[in-house]
Parts: sequence; structure tokens; C-alpha cells
Amino acid sequence: MSRSLLSVDDLGAAGIQSIMRLSDSFAEVSSRSIPRVPALRGKTIAALFYEDSTRTRLSFEAAAKRLSADVMSFAVKSSSMSKGESLRDTVQTLGAMGADAFVVRHASAGAARLVSRWTDAAVVNAGDGWHEHPTQALADCYTLHRRFGGAAFTMAGLHAVIVGDVKHSRVARSNVKAFTALGARVTLVGPATLMPPCLDGWPVSVEVDLDRVLPDADIVYLLRLQSERTDESLLPSQREYTARWGLTRRRAALLPGRATVMHPGPMNRGVEIDPEVADREFCVVGDQVRNGVPVRMAVLFWLLGSGLPTGESSGQVLAVDGGDAHQPDSIGASDEEVR
Amino acid sequence: MKGMVVRGATVVDSSGVRRADVAIDDREIVAVESSIDAAGGRRVVDASGCLVLPGLVDLHAHLRDPGNPECETVESASRAAARGGYTAVVAMPNTDPPIDSVEVVRYVQERATRAMTEVAVAGTITAGRKGERLAPMGEMFEAGVRLFTDDGAGVQDALLMRRAMEYAGGLGAIIAEHCEEARLAYRGHMHEGRWSSFLGIPGIPAEAEEVMAARDIALSRLTGCRLHLLHISTTGTLDLVRKAFKAGLPVTGEVAPHHLSLSDAEVASYDPQFKVNPPLRPAEDVRSLVNALVSGEVVVATDHAPHPADSKELPFDQAPPGMLGLETALGVVWTVLTSGSGLSTGLDDMPVLSFEEAAAVVVEAMSVVPARIAGLEGAQGGTVRAGSAANLCVFDPAATWVVDRNRLASLSANTPYDGRKLTGRVRHTIFRGEPVVVDGEPLR
Repeated sequence: MSRSLLSVDDLGAAGIQSIMRLSDSFAEVSSRSIPRVPALRGKTIAALFYEDSTRTRLSFEAAAKRLSADVMSFAVKSSSMSKGESLRDTVQTLGAMGADAFVVRHASAGAARLVSRWTDAAVVNAGDGWHEHPTQALADCYTLHRRFGGAAFTMAGLHAVIVGDVKHSRVARSNVKAFTALGARVTLVGPATLMPPCLDGWPVSVEVDLDRVLPDADIVYLLRLQSERTDESLLPSQREYTARWGLTRRRAALLPGRATVMHPGPMNRGVEIDPEVADREFCVVGDQVRNGVPVRMAVLFWLLGSGLPTGESSGQVLAVDGGDAHQPDSIGASDEEVR
Repeated sequence: MKGMVVRGATVVDSSGVRRADVAIDDREIVAVESSIDAAGGRRVVDASGCLVLPGLVDLHAHLRDPGNPECETVESASRAAARGGYTAVVAMPNTDPPIDSVEVVRYVQERATRAMTEVAVAGTITAGRKGERLAPMGEMFEAGVRLFTDDGAGVQDALLMRRAMEYAGGLGAIIAEHCEEARLAYRGHMHEGRWSSFLGIPGIPAEAEEVMAARDIALSRLTGCRLHLLHISTTGTLDLVRKAFKAGLPVTGEVAPHHLSLSDAEVASYDPQFKVNPPLRPAEDVRSLVNALVSGEVVVATDHAPHPADSKELPFDQAPPGMLGLETALGVVWTVLTSGSGLSTGLDDMPVLSFEEAAAVVVEAMSVVPARIAGLEGAQGGTVRAGSAANLCVFDPAATWVVDRNRLASLSANTPYDGRKLTGRVRHTIFRGEPVVVDGEPLR
């Protein structure tokens, strides 16, 4: 039975910190002129995307390719699933083709966990319904680590304010777990219609008034507001949402100088955030995307690589690849040089 | 037929508990005495260490016939029922086509002539089970239907429900409601609460059930119609039922074995075997339901709902709701009543009953009262005495067994109890004087 990353809970603080350390190493690889290492040469990663998510899929594919893994990409909208092969059949088919890992994106909570029951391959949850999106949370934690610095990979003493549609957000669930595991204090802010119906057991506080918490916020994490929320009468209008929970210029002025503003993307400029505020230096949305690649490299390596490349031994997997980026699967002398 | 003697058991029925052998000739009990010999060539059925109960009566079974013979048929469901100690089941009408006409009633009745239990056919309240206009309840009543329900969904239109209750009340029939306000339950797949919030699965609040239960109890007061609340799952609904009792309204309620034994924490596995409607509720509700059962406020009904294996291999929100129940019901109820711990609630203040107390609860809640609600009294749910119909459940209260989804009589395997150990197992079932299950195995 392989390792899987289905939830941030699978990692805990120590696991998140291991991924952060690995990400540091792989970020260095990403900055090279030929950003590729042979760490997962010979491994096959199947990307099963039952929901449109070009950004996450491309990020995983870039990560896999930089590790010299082969990628099988299987993009299918959940709407066509009923006509075609079942999820289980697809998993078993790709497993028979030699997939070592599945990266699963699905509109149903628990889908990645189901896949892990049907395969011995490793499984990465790339977003399951409202449930979790652990690699997004890891990219966010890594982005904060790069910004705040420090060798310990901790968020102790930081106050993270997560704003908006927590109820329907897999990103919020994963980030609540990751931020609190690393020691941060988390406050959820938004209308009651967009909060989970029950927060017993969540290590968070809840606030309706965004203005009250902003002066004390180190991190403001804005969640995307889906336009259908107004159709479902969860909100009177987008305008009212922006007026009460948008990061307007007036509200941005309430933030302390040290604050960082994050968003999982894609941003609705003018809804969750004022268009001008979104372009300010403290808004690290671009870093979140950029850091997604080394973090996903770290996750794939953690799942499929042999041993943790910490300390001196990291040279083994991080050594320059054979150099022919166009033929990552060629078996040549360069492979031997890696040893 | 030479008849038989059920020997060595303890007889439990509404009249009490006593050590006795039971002699049966043809379809009738002919003697219940402390010791009956096998003179006259009667077959001896060993029941030592067992309890002899009146055959169980299930008010709520989905036989999937007509429409889904790969899931279940009248015959296979009756085999599962017999194996669970049942001698009568009520066939729910949400079949394909639904049981909303005399033709479909007669089809099921005809199939039932070959069944291993009595099968009472329920009819829909509304035509096509669409909730728009009344089904021909009078004609179906003439054909023998005594219970009407749109189970699978509640009747959303309050005015239509009022008319249905007025009309059915005039027939002397009973209206059974699946209490679920569809808009409040909108797109939900599990109980709305701590677990749904944590798991990211859209929830169904307890209030979706309670709002409709309150409405229908009020309509029972307005119309005088007998009202039976199907699969009660929340503490709030129980409170409403108690108020209805106090007001003297003709209201009854049932709970399903899964709601008496499993909590919504099971859904943490995301395994659709734990998806059911109404959904599994928090442990506190499980305890309320068990207490209501012990105090005689509700009966047990299985809501036996077969589904094909591939439908339970879908993601949780895409899988259909429903669990098998007939073969495990008595074992589950017995385990819950006598072990105190339930199966998954984790609560340490559940009631713990002695064998005699538990047997008395089972007789009332799984046989006598359900038979009365279904209009089957006389043939079913009677006392075990000379002259009664020979419908009996012979139950070993000490036997432990592990549920194996691959060894069920049902054509489906969607039990939530696969791999769980239960205490108490049906040993023999006698239906109309014929041993249809002997030592746990169906004879046909």
C-alpha cells in the first residue's frame, strides 16, 4: 500500500514541514536553466481530472515533468462520466497501464479517498468537492514561509483571517488545518450562509464584521465567490458581498504594514478584492501559483521517491538531469552520472 | 402434513415468557405445553436455548419488484426476510412502475403467492408518486391495500396531503409519510452537522424531517386520519410524536435498525454503504431512538433498500441512498438492546436490557404492533397459543455471528454491517406452519 495525500491531516505539522524543506530544494531546481531532475524517472503519474481545473492540472504536470516522471493525463468532465467508464474502471485501467500515482480532481467530496481504496498506487487529492485541496494549502504555507522567512517552517504567532465562502471551499478546509497545525491563529469571516453549518471541533474563531479583525491580521486569505451563490439565495447580491466582505481600498488601509493578502485564484477583481488592491505588493497571488510547482514536486517526490533527500544526500535526487529536456525518458550515460 | 414440534425453547409473546414446546399441525399452532412428545410422527425442530417469538412483521421493505430484478424480487426479498425472522413484510410502492394502480397491486400480490413470507402491498398516495394528484386509493383499498405512502419522498404539497388524509381516513386506511421537506433537504447527502461540515458533504438538517412531521401531525388532527411516520431519525421528531400521543392523535412511528445503531460518524469513511435517507444522525439521536424503542413509543421497520453493487461504488454524493435490513434487523436490534454500547455511538449511557426485557421489546416493536399498523393482526403478530396461525421466529439470543455481505439471501449486498459482529441470530423461521428457514438456511 503506497502513501497517499488525501488530506492535510495525513501530514500533520511535521509532514508539512518535511514538504516545505523538500520544496525549498525543488524551488532551486525550478530556477535552473534546465529545470529538471531525474528523481522520478521511470515513474508514471496519472492525472484524473473530473473537473475543469487547468491551473492545478498544469501545475501538477509541470511538477511531474521536472521530476522526469511520465504523465498520463485524463481530463473528463463529471457531466460525461455517467455515459462512460466508471471512476473505478478508469482507475483500474490506468493502474493496469502502470500508473504509480494518481492525481485526482473531482467534484465529489471523498473521491480521492475512494480512488485510494481501489488502487495500490499513491493518490494525491487535487481537490475533492468542498472537502480538501491539500496541495493548495501546502503552496500557500510555502508562500508564507518564503515571505516571512525563518528556518523553522512555523506560523506560530501569526493570525490568519480567511474571508468568504468557507462552506463550499476545499481550500478553506485544507488551509484551516495547515495553518493551525503550523501554529497560526485562524479567524473565519463571512456571512452565516457561507459558513459551514457546524464548526464544533474547528480550532477557529468566527467573526461577521471584517473591519474588526483586519487591524490584527497578518494574513488575509480571500476565498473566491462563485456567482451561483447569489442564485441560491445565499447572498442578496454580489454588490452587498463586496460592500460587507470585499477587500476594498478602505479596508486595505485597516491592515497592518506586515499583512499579506492571498487568494487561491482565479480572483474576481471588484468582488472579493478591489482591482487596485489586488496589484499591491502585499498581494502574493502570483507567488502562490509559482510556488505550486516546487511544492507539488515535493509532494510527488514524498509519495514516490526513495527516501527523503535531506541534508547532503539531497544531491542524489537534485543533481542536474542528463540535460536533454526533450527526451526525459532516454536512458543514457547521464543517468549513471547521477549516482 | 404430519406437523412438527418446536422443542426446548422459551416462548415469548404479549402474554409473557414461559418454557414450552410448540406443536404445529398444518398452518396452526395446536398446543403450547411444557413438554410435547413427537407422537404421531411429528417432525422435531430443535430450539434448545432459543426464544420462540411470533414471526416478525416489517412495515417497510423495498422489494424492487416490479422494475429492478437484478437488485431484488418479491421472492428474493421474502427469502431475506424469512432469514431475518420475518413472516410478513409490507412492500413499499416506489417500484418501477410504482404501485399506484390495481394492476400493479395485483402483480405484486401474484408474485407474493410464491413468497416465503406474507407480503402486504402498500400503494402510493399520489399517481406516479409524483406528488401532484391522488392515486386511486379506493380501488387499491378494494384490492387489499391498507397502507398508502409516497415513500422515497414526502408529499410536499400540504393541501394535497390534507386531501389524501381525508380520503384515506374515510376508507379506514393509514397514511405513511416519508417526512422530508424537499427544499430544506436540498442537495443534501448526509446529516447536516459537525461531520458534514468537516467532510465537506452537503447536509440535510434534522429540521427537514421535523418540519414535515409537525405538518402531518397537525393534518392528522385536522382530518382524523391515521398517520404513520416512516423511519424517524431525530430527537425532535420523537418529541413531536410524544406530543401527538398526549393529544390522543392516531399517530404511530417507526425507526430503522441502522438509525438505532449507527451514527453519522460512519460517513467519515466516505463509504456510500453508509448513505441512507433519512441520513445517519449524531450519536445523541441514536440514543434518543433507542430509548424511544425501549419505552414502546416506536416500532422497528427495516427500510430494506437493495441497490446494485456498482451504484455503491460511486462517490458519496452520486451514490443512491439505502441499506439492506431484513437479514440483520433482529441481530442489530438485539445487540443494541443487550450490549448497551450500540454499534458505533461511542456513548456509555445507552440502556442495557436483560434477555427477557429485550425479548418483550422485540415482540411488541417488531411483531405485534407492526402487524396491527399494517392491518395484518389475526394472521400475524399474535400470541403463541393453540389456535394461532403458525408464524414463528425461533431466535438464538446468545449466538454471535459476523455479517458477510457475500453470504446474504438478498440479491444485493449493500449492508452497512459487513464484517461486524452481532449477538443474536435467527435460527428457524416458520411461515404458515412450514419451516422456511432451518438453522439459518432458507429451505427454498
